[in-house]
Amino acid sequence: MQACSLSATDIACRRGDRVLFRGVSLHTTNGDALHIKGANGIGKSSLMRILAGLLAPFSGDVIRTGSVGLVDERPALDTQLPLGKALSFWTGLDSASTKTAHADRLGIAELLDVPVRYLSTGQKKRAAMARLLNQNADIWLLDEPLNGLDTGGVQLVETLIAEYCATGGIAIIASHQPITLPAPATLDLRGFAA
Amino acid sequence: MIWQLLKRDLSMLLPGGRQGGTMLPVLFFLAVAMLYPFAVGPDAPLLARTGGGVIWVAALLAAILPLDRLIAPDLDLGVFDQLALRGISEDMVVAVRIIAHWLSFGPLLLVATLPAAALLGLEGDTVKLVLLGLLAGTPGLAAIGVMIAALTAGLRGGAALSGLMLIPLAVPILIFGAGSLARGEMSGIALCGAISLLLLAAGPFAGGAAIRAAREG
Repeated sequence: MQACSLSATDIACRRGDRVLFRGVSLHTTNGDALHIKGANGIGKSSLMRILAGLLAPFSGDVIRTGSVGLVDERPALDTQLPLGKALSFWTGLDSASTKTAHADRLGIAELLDVPVRYLSTGQKKRAAMARLLNQNADIWLLDEPLNGLDTGGVQLVETLIAEYCATGGIAIIASHQPITLPAPATLDLRGFAA
Repeated sequence: MIWQLLKRDLSMLLPGGRQGGTMLPVLFFLAVAMLYPFAVGPDAPLLARTGGGVIWVAALLAAILPLDRLIAPDLDLGVFDQLALRGISEDMVVAVRIIAHWLSFGPLLLVATLPAAALLGLEGDTVKLVLLGLLAGTPGLAAIGVMIAALTAGLRGGAALSGLMLIPLAVPILIFGAGSLARGEMSGIALCGAISLLLLAAGPFAGGAAIRAAREG
């Protein structure tokens, strides 16, 4: 994997007329895993969207080198389509070819014919992880990746993150749940609340 | 990449598409053309004189029906976010969606104009003007529709609002498109086509900006 990094300096985030947090800085490079903690509503998801470049920070800079993959609460899979077809739209865009291998790995191989709207929260989360694996992104931004997952699913996500970081990827995980990461670094947003 | 986006949009929006309700605009259009003679009575000269205008109004109202399904579902699903992360701009996605939206109702509306014209007893020349006018005007209607769908996607009650917003924006198309019927000549249709081109050029950027604004909200 090529050299990639994600740095943020002195980020402040405003939603509506309320400043959620200010002064957040972080620096990650190949192989890093960072766990962003904080209570509900403190701005974890907003920070993830700022890091992804989807939301402009109120102040501060984000510098990214490398492509970004995001998993959040919305799976971005067409609800009317069978899972396999919904995933293949993204694999087509990402020009990935190994979709079935990831489906096996994530335990959704039997679900490929089931329309996405019939899937459970955890199954959709697994599907979103399959979409992320196919994307071959340099940086993973995972927003509450453990929500709705069973214990096996949690272990699987932890293993995937460990493998990914071992190959040089950057993983940033926003979660209020404990998660086992390789070389764990944590950032608690509580200290930055405005 | 454009082809993949278009394929997905078409499978969603084309008649029989998986979003459902894709035939409704055309059925609505035909229903108006069918009801009008019942309402004004069997006065053939009156029907022939006003029928072209009725077809135009019916087409405009039919274009309102699919608006709430054009942008909002993808915004809710986070599809635009995932596309943006892959470097595909909202403007591009909106441009493709305008094409798909037009393909899903434009050609079908033109075909449905023939039975509608028969129901209203229109003359051959008038039918030709209506068809040409609709061909020139419906791409503009599609661009307005997607633009408004993008603007109202994040709002509650967006569906009703988008209908109200489309009507004033579509008035120029209606004036020149239906106005050519009264004069019986092509100059109005040319202007109608010019407005369509203008809307097609502006639509992707306006729609893309609206989607980016919805993301900030």
